[in-house]
Amino acid sequence: MNHRNTALASLVGAALLASTALMGAEPVKIGFVYVSPVGDAGWTFQHDQGRKQMEAAMKGAVTTKFIENVPEGADAERIIRQLAQDGNQIIFTTSFGYMNPTLKVAPAFPGVAFFHATGYKTAKNVGIYNARFYEGRYLNGVIAGKMTKSNIAGYVAAFPIPEVMQGINAFTRGMKSVNPKAEVRVIWVNSWFDPGKEREAAMTLISQGADMITHHTDSTAVVQAAEEKHKEKGTWSFSYHSDMAKYGPTAQLSGTTHIWGDFYTKVVKEVLDKKWTGTNVWGGLKDGMIKLAPLNAAIPADVKKQVAKLEGEIKAGKFHPFAGPVVDQEGKERVAKGKNMTDAEMGAMNYYVQGVASTLPKN
Amino acid sequence: MDLSFLSSILFATVVAGTPLIIVALGELVTEKSGVLNLGAEGIVSVGAVAAFAVAHHSGSPMLGILAGMGAGMVMSLLFGISALTLMANQVASGLALSIFGVGLSAFIGKPYESIALASVQPIRVPLLHRLPLLGPSLFEQQGLVYFSWALIAAVSWFLYRSRAGLVLRAVGESPVAAHAIGYGVVRIRYQAVLFGGAMAGIGGAFLSVFYTPMWVEGMVAGRGWIALSLVVFATWRPLRVMIGAYLFGGCMITQMFVQGSGARVNIPAQFLSSIPYVATVLVLVLISRNRSTIRINSPASLGQPFLPDA
Repeated sequence: MNHRNTALASLVGAALLASTALMGAEPVKIGFVYVSPVGDAGWTFQHDQGRKQMEAAMKGAVTTKFIENVPEGADAERIIRQLAQDGNQIIFTTSFGYMNPTLKVAPAFPGVAFFHATGYKTAKNVGIYNARFYEGRYLNGVIAGKMTKSNIAGYVAAFPIPEVMQGINAFTRGMKSVNPKAEVRVIWVNSWFDPGKEREAAMTLISQGADMITHHTDSTAVVQAAEEKHKEKGTWSFSYHSDMAKYGPTAQLSGTTHIWGDFYTKVVKEVLDKKWTGTNVWGGLKDGMIKLAPLNAAIPADVKKQVAKLEGEIKAGKFHPFAGPVVDQEGKERVAKGKNMTDAEMGAMNYYVQGVASTLPKN
Repeated sequence: MDLSFLSSILFATVVAGTPLIIVALGELVTEKSGVLNLGAEGIVSVGAVAAFAVAHHSGSPMLGILAGMGAGMVMSLLFGISALTLMANQVASGLALSIFGVGLSAFIGKPYESIALASVQPIRVPLLHRLPLLGPSLFEQQGLVYFSWALIAAVSWFLYRSRAGLVLRAVGESPVAAHAIGYGVVRIRYQAVLFGGAMAGIGGAFLSVFYTPMWVEGMVAGRGWIALSLVVFATWRPLRVMIGAYLFGGCMITQMFVQGSGARVNIPAQFLSSIPYVATVLVLVLISRNRSTIRINSPASLGQPFLPDA
């Protein structure tokens, strides 16, 4: 057999392989785009947990692949396009900044289903999904309000975008609801990820009297700082994104954990069964897209009971963390009594509610 | 504003400034020998992960520091081979090392991401640590904080009071002249580069074992670059490096205290976050604005390769 024949034979072989793939005998390829390394905790880690859960649930029917640490912007577009060209039938883009790149790539691949996390623009083959993290925050706030001795909670936050504001305000409202004297102090570190700065911010809040600490940044540094100061100052923490009990075995009271796996399994099934017609999901406790991190044994039974009751009410739609009256720091009524804040209003939140001690700087 | 409030600001300032001082002083010695090593960020990252791994397996923070130091020296040796022996462009070699080091540290660090180290208790100087205001900041710190102060003294003494320091500076000013009177320029530069690497590695160890006792990819978060610029803005003077590092740390901590106090300040947080950078550059430029002293202090042959036989 000369070289040309070998080449021909392999070509035929490749064509055969390709055709079997087209016949659907091969598992469907699914791609994920992550904004940071997977790591061990945090935003991307939770998405990756979801990917694994979905792959296990759809055993044999799908194969998944992820690309991590993809900067938001031009690079993202290239990578999303690459994934689509490589034959991924479903692509999840898991960061806000991927919104426009996803929408740019999608029209060129009408047969591919795209899902974009935390955005607000959809298209024929682009669905969006997000979770109501603030529901968990409210419940965390209730625990904080009951457990605090200094009546001061500290909140380490990244950037004043609506999602972060919802968290701060929900936590504050939860805390105030059981403890009228409570106040929440916020430190902006202007970074999603800088363990050193996050730790300094937490230590600052602790030294200024905060005994309840939480964060909306991506590392575990804040939970670790609380653990370190727990003995000396009686500091407690609430984790975010992931359950960080490993980093705060004694001092983590609870937290708000993101759960994407059930959602991923559900939409992937829909797409495979050709029943998918678009997604615009903002799911919360009820949908299992968030849940509370395990409650610390130090929380008294009656508080646990109260939290469980509230959780049930939120799930049943009987209670809304932003049920009126919602009054902002300046005393302006944002939501009237008897009404709940609408999703659109929450999506544009750019103020502190009453109970936050810090002022939000105007830009 | 009471005393304990000020005291905690001071304490946190010293801690935040320490890694910058250690890394910057190492780089200062390297640059004084005429070599510009821009790889600090990468070396600090590798030092941090090595220190964390060893401290975790051995349970000894001290061994962790040594490992960080060793890893830093290995990394800087790579730079030395490329920039000094093979005479590649120093800027390019340094930048490459930076990128390589950050990536390598992420690769080595994968298995260590889920581990937290127990925090190390500070070393208390008996009695003195009870002093009001300054007690905790000066006498109840991690060992490496005391080390950073000793390092300032040692580097100042070495550069300006010792014969070896004089030779090192001569090599940085005029390698040709130093070579002509019989000093091994490349050998001395290698030593300076290795010292810089060792200090950057120790700086990394401080971050991963003492400051935030954990390893995560990207935890150095630009501190290597800040240290590099401190050296330039401090016009290669050890004491000014210290002033710059504490000023930077102090501004960062103070703006956090202002935010966390619940005081009604109406300044954008983005602006507050930029204060440390702006203030440090401003102050260092102001105290170093004399042109002739800049010329005297900056190594004349900085960044230029030296060919012994040319």
